[in-house]
Amino acid sequence: MIRINGLLITLVFVAAILCYGTLRAIGLDCCRLVHAIESSYDTDMALADDNPTVIKITAEKFDFTPDRIVLKKGQPVTFQLTSLDVVHGFMIRPLDIDTDIPPGKITEVTVTPEVTGTYRIICDHYCGLGHGGMKMTVVIQ
Amino acid sequence: MKNPVNRRSFLKIAGTSIGIGALYQFGPLLGRAGATQISDFFRKANGEAPTTFRFVQLSDTHVGFQGPPDPLGTAAFEAAVAMVNRLPERPDLVLFTGDLTHDADNANVHAQRMKQFQSIANRINTPMMKFVPGENDAALDGGTLFRSFFGDTYYSFDHRGVHFIALDNVSRGRPEVGTDQIEWLKKDLARFPTTAPIIVFTHRPLFDLKPDWEWFTSDGPTVMNVLAPYENVTVLYGHIHRENFRNDGHARHYAARSLIFAFPDPDKVAEKKPAPFDKTHPFKNLGIRLAASQGGDASAAPLGVEDVELTVREFSGTSGIQQFMKGGKSSGQGNTNDSD
Repeated sequence: MIRINGLLITLVFVAAILCYGTLRAIGLDCCRLVHAIESSYDTDMALADDNPTVIKITAEKFDFTPDRIVLKKGQPVTFQLTSLDVVHGFMIRPLDIDTDIPPGKITEVTVTPEVTGTYRIICDHYCGLGHGGMKMTVVIQ
Repeated sequence: MKNPVNRRSFLKIAGTSIGIGALYQFGPLLGRAGATQISDFFRKANGEAPTTFRFVQLSDTHVGFQGPPDPLGTAAFEAAVAMVNRLPERPDLVLFTGDLTHDADNANVHAQRMKQFQSIANRINTPMMKFVPGENDAALDGGTLFRSFFGDTYYSFDHRGVHFIALDNVSRGRPEVGTDQIEWLKKDLARFPTTAPIIVFTHRPLFDLKPDWEWFTSDGPTVMNVLAPYENVTVLYGHIHRENFRNDGHARHYAARSLIFAFPDPDKVAEKKPAPFDKTHPFKNLGIRLAASQGGDASAAPLGVEDVELTVREFSGTSGIQQFMKGGKSSGQGNTNDSD
């Protein structure tokens, strides 16, 4: 029995390492995955702050609404992004987000801010003559 | 560090201290170890003997833009054309690095602007012109209008021992080149020895210059990685409406000035706003870069570079300036105060 338990532990350990290596190899952000898993299972172990805060943002030529948000360092956040007209972009380097927002669906991105400061989110999918001014502010405290 | 063109070499190239666009001189194979290998390669590839030559880069003409912050319309572009035509030696080649037109909501208006751009560009006395699109030209229609005038949005060609590569980082809507083009690039490069001189020209910077001003290409690092084995790579681009030089330790990246409103130094201002128009200095920060290969060992030496601002001397005889001097009010679409 002890031997079987030992074998099981070893197998689980090896599987965990292989899984981690695979995720790293394909470039997945483990932090985001962990948060996604935690948000899916309401376990007693998960602290309330680990549940992502949901923030809805609407994109429409040539504005984001709201145009300013405040986030808390270490607190995961899920952006629910919607476009009301054409394909827009949603790009911010300090949060490592660069995604399109196609109209007609909700695009979800979950991240955990790790660096405080005031940053700019821009539309980086060209959407017309006012595209260059389409931006919003994010404050991470 | 930039490699300034010394006075002697500058005069040798330009004949006089004028500047409009970027004038480059290349002597790719002279006196270089391994030159024979490259020389043989290009002779076999296309029959061209590698020799020194000169070319010009013009960028961001934004034909169709008129109004604040630049009421002069095509004045700088037309002055640039006149300047190129006055060069003491006709350039082999003129490269345009995007935003040939200013975008328009109406497709017919946009097509008219492309036609007007082509009409002005065709006045240049040069045997060869090459173009890449900017986002104003090609981001909304995937490059359809651009291709109807100028052909493919990405391609390559050889000229006198230099391999030129035009990259399109705008027509997918996003600031990216895309996997198809990167695969094409790998195949395109495969036939060249790593010592071949390569000039890439494109619209946006291929590195993170100022991402939150959209001065980047998301897969630019992948492109540069594909180019990494090559020893002599220069990247020429536009988009940022100001000169910029970056040596990433492997390739040298040069942004050309625009021929319409300039942008300020992003390290000195918080907001991305064009520099205001200065009546007393109408071509302030507009102009181009002159550059020259240094010495006989040209393929090994970095390109010599000199940025030159347009002067009022060139500022005459165009419809834009005539209107301006008469005090006429500007018209047309100038509604974007931050478009690049």
